[in-house]
Amino acid sequence: MAEVKLTIDGISVNAHEGALVIDAARSAGIHIPHYCYHPALGNPGVCRLCLVEVEGAPKLQVACRLPVKDGMVVKTRSEAAKKAQAFSVELHLVDHPLDCPVCDQAGECLLQDYYQRHALHSSSVREDKLHKPKRVELGPNVMLDAERCILCTRCVRFLDEITGTRELGVFQRGEEGEIALTPGKRLDNPYAGNVVDLCPVGALTERDFRFQVRVWYLKSTPTLCTGCARGCSILLQTNPERRWHAGGRRAVRIKPRVNSSVNGWWICDEGRASWKAVDAPSRLKTPSWLKSGKAGAMAWEDAEKLLAAELAELCRVRGPEGLAVVLSGTLSNEDLYAAKKLFVERLRAGRLLVKPGPDQLGEEDGLLRRQARVPNLRGAQALGFGAALKECSWDSLLEDVLSGKVWGLWAVGRDPLAVWGEKGPAALSKLELTVHQAVHASAFTQAARWVLPSASWAEQDATFTNFQGRVQRARKALEPLGASRPDWRIFGGILRSLGGAWPHESPEPVFAELSLKEPAFAGLGFELPPEGASL
Amino acid sequence: MSGRITVKTVERPRMGLLEQVYVFEALRGLWVTSRHFFLNLWRHTLKAAGLKAEPGAVTIQYPEDPAVVARRARTRHRLLKREDGSPRCVACLLCETICPAKCIRIVAEESPDVMVEKRAKSFEIDLGECVFCGYCVEACPEDAIRMDSGQVEMSAHSREDMVWTMAELMGDQPKLRPIRPSKDPLAG
Ligand code: SF4
Ligand code: SF4
Ligand code: SF4
Ligand code: SF4
Repeated sequence: MAEVKLTIDGISVNAHEGALVIDAARSAGIHIPHYCYHPALGNPGVCRLCLVEVEGAPKLQVACRLPVKDGMVVKTRSEAAKKAQAFSVELHLVDHPLDCPVCDQAGECLLQDYYQRHALHSSSVREDKLHKPKRVELGPNVMLDAERCILCTRCVRFLDEITGTRELGVFQRGEEGEIALTPGKRLDNPYAGNVVDLCPVGALTERDFRFQVRVWYLKSTPTLCTGCARGCSILLQTNPERRWHAGGRRAVRIKPRVNSSVNGWWICDEGRASWKAVDAPSRLKTPSWLKSGKAGAMAWEDAEKLLAAELAELCRVRGPEGLAVVLSGTLSNEDLYAAKKLFVERLRAGRLLVKPGPDQLGEEDGLLRRQARVPNLRGAQALGFGAALKECSWDSLLEDVLSGKVWGLWAVGRDPLAVWGEKGPAALSKLELTVHQAVHASAFTQAARWVLPSASWAEQDATFTNFQGRVQRARKALEPLGASRPDWRIFGGILRSLGGAWPHESPEPVFAELSLKEPAFAGLGFELPPEGASL
Repeated sequence: MSGRITVKTVERPRMGLLEQVYVFEALRGLWVTSRHFFLNLWRHTLKAAGLKAEPGAVTIQYPEDPAVVARRARTRHRLLKREDGSPRCVACLLCETICPAKCIRIVAEESPDVMVEKRAKSFEIDLGECVFCGYCVEACPEDAIRMDSGQVEMSAHSREDMVWTMAELMGDQPKLRPIRPSKDPLAG
């Protein structure tokens, strides 16, 4: 494509032919105010906010519909442009309820921002405001306040063009126009939450977040979603200080982070809700073991020593062939590397299972969601699991347990009882050693001899490899709950107690060693760029 | 945090010979006090004799007599109500945000009235931590909180008792201050 050269606010800008003035300005760091234009949803030009002056044009031009031309001279802050932008903001506010004190959008609202930046007018309207429906539940997680809507139609276009589900439409005309559900529909598609992010004002808000905490209290951590093999880029938002809000939970909201190589602008609703698990009551907090039917908590040092001694003894007497280890793609690259060192290289466990079974598969669609509901299946494959390191299946494992070939089962983040159904308890009674290493308690936690609490994805720095082979960083947003620890540390501690070498105290050197030893990861560093790096 | 900090050094005033000698300064202090004493004595005497005089200084017999506070003084907070008796506060959290002492704690909830939308489920101010700056009053967009109760006596026997709840701040419930049997050191 040919390059053209234009001038915006005195800055000379290069842009591709056919590019829009609004995008060319953005690339030069100039923000032209706009509501309706969105790079993924087109430019209907309805909000009339991006008016700019173009030299030689008789009237102001709409920057989101104006293609660049060679030699064009654009002024976004000329007196005429400023006046027009301010007037547009004033028009948008004519019927606006100014609910800011009770509006969850306050603090991240483009009406507030543009009023401050471009308008600062005192209203010249003396008529009463028009009232429209408030507190309308559009779907399980989206709330509409039609009074606050500025009719930018972003939500409608998202549902028409991206999901194709068409739940929302604009009804009536003129100032009575309002967003509403298409008759007979509910806004419950798996990507519905994105309309909340798209809405530049507080017309569409998240029901899960409603009145939980003010947005200016939140801390945002750029990390990735661990809900499925795509690994969408997200911002995990936490409420670090004023813990009496949001029911005392630390993690309170997830927003998508733009990453054109992975998820574009969107995330799915399952991922959007995944903050709920971080502070769930089911979290395991202390290592414990079952002794004569009773669970007893203990310190990590003791647990490591005792468990290592038990393992070593059983391996000596019954042979390592009978130790089965269930890992999963929920574990990070560092975790799986440590697991490989412990179970494969040190203990030579006879049976390994990593690939997702019925417990970790979900619906797949053409937009984002992947069938494997684990973030690091590709990473496990790159480390050799399922290839050089042979894997068993849930069924063959059940058979071997029932026939007495397996004496020990160590399950990490997965529950054999959930997969084996009614045969499960019988199988467990055959085992001499059972270890449940997990973030959340489940049926197996009750039955297992050892319970080791893992830190959740939000509580550690780690790397995950998505299905495209893109290695991305998860960043620590919170401290591990209770005594829980990242899984690599748990594996490393046992390895050390067994007499193996494990010098690492933080994830960075683990990844450094991994990238040296594992050819697939060669050349990668722990400090990955925000959009990740390919294997 | 950016921004340059400019430091201005202020010289301490140096003492001259007269100050260093001490006696003169002590006498000067005595002179100020005595002048006030005799001036007030003179004015009160004139007044007692029924003669016209400037008013003399009066000592308020606090705590036997109530404290006199100016009407614009910032006194203990109160939460205001709407005409129908419901609280004006919409739990916007602006006062909680601005409070430099971080002594306001509000938990928000859904209001049954759709035109109000949001309200406070609980609202507490820890007066033991409050610095009486009045920022909360300035920040409130609903005129829901004021510091005009006129009350300046709020002491309590424990830190917990210094926390005022929503019902107490609205005047729906008197501040319950459990008086613990205090030990009088002179009672023997
Ligand atoms: S949408 Fe924005 S301007 Fe309107 S009430 Fe909400 S925060 Fe205020
Ligand atoms: S609800 Fe929000 S996104 Fe939809 S048209 Fe209104 S302002 Fe735009
Ligand atoms: S007066 Fe100042 S310190 Fe006291 S509650 Fe209000 S804002 Fe906080
Ligand atoms: S600023 Fe006013 S309305 Fe907002 S929470 Fe405080 S008292 Fe309530």
